[in-house]
Amino acid sequence: MNQRTIQVDALESEAIFIFREVVAQFEKPVLLFSGGKDSITLVRLAQKAFYPAKIPFPLMHIDTGHNFPETIEFRDRLTKELGVELIVRNVQDNIDNGTVKEETGRYASRNMLQTETLLDAIEEFGFDACIGGARRDEEKARAKERIFSVRDDFGQWDEKNQRPEVFDMLNGKIDLGQNVRVFPISNWTELDVWSYIKKENIEIPSIYFAHKRKTFLRDGLIWSADDDVVFRDEEEEVVERMVRFRTVGDMSCTAAVLSHAVDITKVVEEIRDSSISERGARIDDKRSEAAMEKRKQQGYF
Amino acid sequence: MNVLKIATAGSVDDGKSTLIGRLLYDTKSLTDDKLEAIEEKSKQRGFDYLDFSLATDGLVAEREQGITIDVANIYFSTRKKSFIIADTPGHIEYTRNMVTGASTAQASIVLIDARNGVVEQTYRHFFINNLLRIKDVVIAINKMDLVDFSEEKYNIIKGEIEYLASKSEYKNQNLTFIPLSALQGDNVVSTSENMPWYKGETLLHHLERLDAEDVQEKTQTRFPVQTVIRPKTQDFHDFRGYAGKIYGGDLEIGDEVSVLPSQTKSKVKSIHFFNEEFARAKSGSSVTITLEDNVNVSRGDMLVKVAEEPKITKQLNATICWMDKEPLQASQKYYIKHGVNDAQAKITQLNTIIKTDFSGKIENPSALELNQIGDIQLKLSKPLLVDAYNQNKSNGSFILINPKTNNTVGVGFIR
Repeated sequence: MNQRTIQVDALESEAIFIFREVVAQFEKPVLLFSGGKDSITLVRLAQKAFYPAKIPFPLMHIDTGHNFPETIEFRDRLTKELGVELIVRNVQDNIDNGTVKEETGRYASRNMLQTETLLDAIEEFGFDACIGGARRDEEKARAKERIFSVRDDFGQWDEKNQRPEVFDMLNGKIDLGQNVRVFPISNWTELDVWSYIKKENIEIPSIYFAHKRKTFLRDGLIWSADDDVVFRDEEEEVVERMVRFRTVGDMSCTAAVLSHAVDITKVVEEIRDSSISERGARIDDKRSEAAMEKRKQQGYF
Repeated sequence: MNVLKIATAGSVDDGKSTLIGRLLYDTKSLTDDKLEAIEEKSKQRGFDYLDFSLATDGLVAEREQGITIDVANIYFSTRKKSFIIADTPGHIEYTRNMVTGASTAQASIVLIDARNGVVEQTYRHFFINNLLRIKDVVIAINKMDLVDFSEEKYNIIKGEIEYLASKSEYKNQNLTFIPLSALQGDNVVSTSENMPWYKGETLLHHLERLDAEDVQEKTQTRFPVQTVIRPKTQDFHDFRGYAGKIYGGDLEIGDEVSVLPSQTKSKVKSIHFFNEEFARAKSGSSVTITLEDNVNVSRGDMLVKVAEEPKITKQLNATICWMDKEPLQASQKYYIKHGVNDAQAKITQLNTIIKTDFSGKIENPSALELNQIGDIQLKLSKPLLVDAYNQNKSNGSFILINPKTNNTVGVGFIR
């Protein structure tokens, strides 16, 4: 028997508390898993919340069809190891059945199209709580998001009519047809997530670390030229660069950053000294000042 | 990764968003792309300075009206510490947002415009800090540049706040007065050369020195059970763990505990955190606990140390801040959420409305409107395990939920 005292990590404790509230208050929760570092962190926190029992809800991936292959491989291996159910729903299906229209042109992305597929899946399975890895430090509109965020049948976020969240009491009462988006790492920053991944020695997809990649430059951002997903003009020159990705969203809207951070320690140092915000490399936020708020009102994650 | 949560409150145009923007800028927490966006917008609007409020006023409506209408959380860190600032609106109609922002804060900043001095809203902000018993309150006297950095102005405001504090019930509050200019940066991060008469710390230095654990009051241990963990696997066949977060004090293996409300006694057998076992867990840890005896424990029950039992009651006296457009009236029914426990509640009496400017009470009102604070009595459908808020914050607070709308309509502080 050891004599140790648990070191309190306020952010970790808060996230575990939230996970346990979700399971106690909802009938059919699901964890939205993208294969990115935030959702991988969520999986570790969920493990901690329920150990020695298994994670008591499935993971669901809304696949744009434009994911980095490394992410998909990683996703399948992780869910197998954990022995949890993985649900995959494809944006391609919504494109094929005509419920969404593929964007065209230079900035075409499937990022926005995920919303429809997500809402369909919520209805298909009757999920009443969708757990996600959004953080308030990511973006201005997200800074006002609640931990339990109520959405109507259309997935809409009514930002002016949000429930006050006082102390740590979470009100998960909803009507039939409504669902709640839950954000256990709301209060974490990008650096907090990376520090946690380091401390916990959590495995993450290789594209987060510096590697050589064929890339081209556009609007000051570095894009992957390794695949057919990102639209590239003939005159945009392909150059091999040492890069890594800070987010692993849809390939069509995720730019790389120049980096020599080949391991987690170097990544944490790099984030600490960074002068560009994480979403600075996300073209979807640059569409307008209020891009995120508009997407959220329409049911975006 | 321990962080200090700070609530801010100020009246319209006190420069709160500017102050936060200044903190972010001077601590180099604004990244290049965010800074560029602010520079561009400021220029577009024809300002000859950087409008730091653009960094925080996140919603479109706010940018259009130039005011803050919701609680925004802002994150920044220095080499010494990480901070979360809850930026709450200053308007009277957003009292509920101020209470929300302050409820999770360990410290608070009240902004005062040096030109206007203590105004009605200052009273309210001060009142809320007292009601919520925020241990460390900074009175930031802003816009000193517009009153010629006058020590006299500063002293007048300081005197008025000290007089207010003398009337307050909560005596353990630490008040710190800092004269500053958020726009120009005086005493925010760097010491002002314009106010040599001020010998105190800058705002950031003061905040860096506060310890989140120190500003929390030590209380008796409360362990509300969130969920029961029964893996039923081969390795953990008979495992029956109680998952929850520890509040107030510590828990140790061997501690004699009382399971409430049944009052069954047992001892702490093991303390689990993920795949490790520990001898002891401090307040604030989310853990899983097993007991020596096979007792019946379910969600909403509470483990406490023997001889430290809270009150078990079906009646509550509370001060409540009303947060809904539909007013509270006596005889209405709500759901009550107390920690992780739920019950039904009926308002048996609405005793008073408390004026937030310290000017007294209105007796026997007919309703409590949005953003008003009052004293009520409640009858509960089942006994809850409660402490008075001034004894134990987490176990002395609750929310009321409207059963028709499911909205959180009020936050209560048990007396």
